[in-house]
Amino acid sequence: MSEAHTHHEMSFWEKYVFSTDHKIIGFQYMFTGLFMALIGGFFVYVFRMQLAFPGIDVPGFGHVSELAYNSLVTNHGTIMIFWFAMPVLIAAFGNFLIPLMIGADDMVFPRINRLSYQIFLLSALVLIASFFVPNGGFGGSWTAYPPLSAEAQYNATPLGAPMWVIAVGLEFVAFLLGGINFITTLMNARAPGMKMYDIPIVLWMIVIASILFMCSVGPLLAGAIMLLFDQLIGTGFYNPAHGGDPLLWQHLFWFFGHPEVYVVLLPAMGIVAEIMAVFARKKLFGYKTILYSVFATGILSFVVWAHHQFIAGIDPRMANLFTVTTLIISVPIAELCFVYIATLYGASITFSTPMLWALAFMAEFLIGGVTGIFLGASGLDVYYHDTYFVVAHFHYTFVPIAIIGFYAGITYWFPKMFGRMLNEYWGKVHFWGTIIPFNFIFIPLFILGAAGQHRRISGYVHFPDLYTQDLQNLRIIATVSLIAMLAFQVVFIVNMVYSWFRGKKAEINPWKANTLEWTVPSPPPHGNFAEFPTVYRGPYEYSHPDREVDYWPQNEPGPDPAKSRK
Amino acid sequence: MSGPQSVGSPRTLTRTGPVIPSSLLAMVALVLTEIMLFAALISSFLIVKADASIWPPLGQPRLPVIVTAVNTGFLLGSGFMFFLANRRFRVGDFPASRKLMGMAVFLGGVFVAVQGYEWSKLLGFGLTVTSSIYGSFFYLIIGFHALHAVGALVAMLHLFLTFGPQGQSASRFLGTQVFWYFVVGIWPILYYLVYLS
Repeated sequence: MSEAHTHHEMSFWEKYVFSTDHKIIGFQYMFTGLFMALIGGFFVYVFRMQLAFPGIDVPGFGHVSELAYNSLVTNHGTIMIFWFAMPVLIAAFGNFLIPLMIGADDMVFPRINRLSYQIFLLSALVLIASFFVPNGGFGGSWTAYPPLSAEAQYNATPLGAPMWVIAVGLEFVAFLLGGINFITTLMNARAPGMKMYDIPIVLWMIVIASILFMCSVGPLLAGAIMLLFDQLIGTGFYNPAHGGDPLLWQHLFWFFGHPEVYVVLLPAMGIVAEIMAVFARKKLFGYKTILYSVFATGILSFVVWAHHQFIAGIDPRMANLFTVTTLIISVPIAELCFVYIATLYGASITFSTPMLWALAFMAEFLIGGVTGIFLGASGLDVYYHDTYFVVAHFHYTFVPIAIIGFYAGITYWFPKMFGRMLNEYWGKVHFWGTIIPFNFIFIPLFILGAAGQHRRISGYVHFPDLYTQDLQNLRIIATVSLIAMLAFQVVFIVNMVYSWFRGKKAEINPWKANTLEWTVPSPPPHGNFAEFPTVYRGPYEYSHPDREVDYWPQNEPGPDPAKSRK
Repeated sequence: MSGPQSVGSPRTLTRTGPVIPSSLLAMVALVLTEIMLFAALISSFLIVKADASIWPPLGQPRLPVIVTAVNTGFLLGSGFMFFLANRRFRVGDFPASRKLMGMAVFLGGVFVAVQGYEWSKLLGFGLTVTSSIYGSFFYLIIGFHALHAVGALVAMLHLFLTFGPQGQSASRFLGTQVFWYFVVGIWPILYYLVYLS
């Protein structure tokens, strides 16, 4: 490491653009992801306005045609999952935290890491470019079912559709390279003394998520190549007239798509676990239980995919099987929730902003999880499929994961990332201003879905049963709440930018936490550790009875309580 | 699990080095993804084949089973040469290792060349990527394998050309080796499922 420190002054380009420093790459991923989230947020504003007030000229966009509506919905979903949730939760936090928390100076393969971001950036540019080609961006939904996605005569986007597939493919290659780095680094670059069960749970979660991603992405890449061939060369992989099978895509897509849910869920749950232990000042309850529950979830996540296809014409016997596996997978996830609640039980909780986000994650994700059981039952799903009930359900999972999880993480690690404290007061204003409207957006959508409102319709004017005053009022409530929620994000942006430059200087360890990233200066210098740390105990020794202070950093020499307990 | 220990016994603090070298671990992770990718391609092919009433479709040429069987031998031979090269590499006999590496590259090159020649004949017989779903899957699966083979051969050739008297970067040698074993190892499966069944 000493050689790495004596090198010459780096130019701006070397330091921030073509850097191989894991922290800079983490920031690159984070800011690219946040920029994409702004685009995704703008899209949802436009199409929600159209749904609440059909036919109006949306301020900032104009009239929303059916084609534009489809493209907006498709790319909202695509961006929020592939270009916001994944880069921010896995790539940004993974890159920033893994070396810092295991006591390493960088990733094992820093240049592959840089390449990973560059490919990711390219994928984002391809996607953005696809909005501006003739006929606009792809509008066949983020699941891209053929024949709609395969044939330009159906989707009406001869350029947008292939560009969408190429962008998604590139993005997966980027995460593949990142995932290889994460796995190798966690396994091979840990500080001396840090054993498997001393690894902070968030890192386990990110790495297990990477493994799930790598095991599931192959089939989707294969499917995407076939789809691209169908679009561009005119093969018939998904065309029954040529002997192909459109259902094939659905299997390949969801074989990836369902594990993908856990790919983004796990890092968010890991972030929440770190925050809960710190602000409850208690040892994380059931470290190994959490780990094994996650392993079980990971394995089960590969055998539930067809629950997305109950009404796609699959064999009903197969539907039964997938109903059973789907209900089984809720067991380890429920286990995780109970274990987290057990950490909180009897604790003296500090309701700081990160902790509020962590608690909100639990509360809101629970609603998402429980409504998922309705949809996992193949009988009920016949009715609910493709209604707004589904939309509300997965937003109750993905918003806690991506948005609440991100805010929990950024408010917690902001002092370490930027060396300044966020403003607590405005942090809490932003928290309540996000959480309350969030529920007012999606509870009406549950009701609308139960009333039979179908997805993927750009306006209900021509559907008299759905265009009643009651239902329209619910749509307006959802849209107004959405605008309120989006407006409150300005509070966060201002708070973040202001605190970055003018906030209170952060100490090395402002939250009195145990993990290794809190032993280096805020922000950490290039190379992170002046001296490589040695680890003596697990990361969650809070309020130990033998100690005067209520925390016990991992690198402080001394006994390991886990061993003395016998 | 661990036996009773005195309170506060210090841990073993020496960094013993990773159990699996980083290059190997990273390559295994990549190969895992690749296996899933080929598994998806092959299962897609089998599903479509099972749906078809007549297979291969009428009017499509038959695949060159015998020539490809011989060609499979070249590829397996190449993998074996790399295996032998690794054994020489480990004992530090770098000239012999380099020679065996060269053999591995040569045999792998023969495999790709014969495949290319057979492809050109098949194209002449009217089996193209759009002539039928049969042709589409053939060129997709076998073409994907060929791409992997070519990529691996370029890496192997580079390894061979940069072989110095001090040998070669052990981690690169290991990584390339694992990838080539994957390319060689998956081929008989593809041959059996696409050419024979």
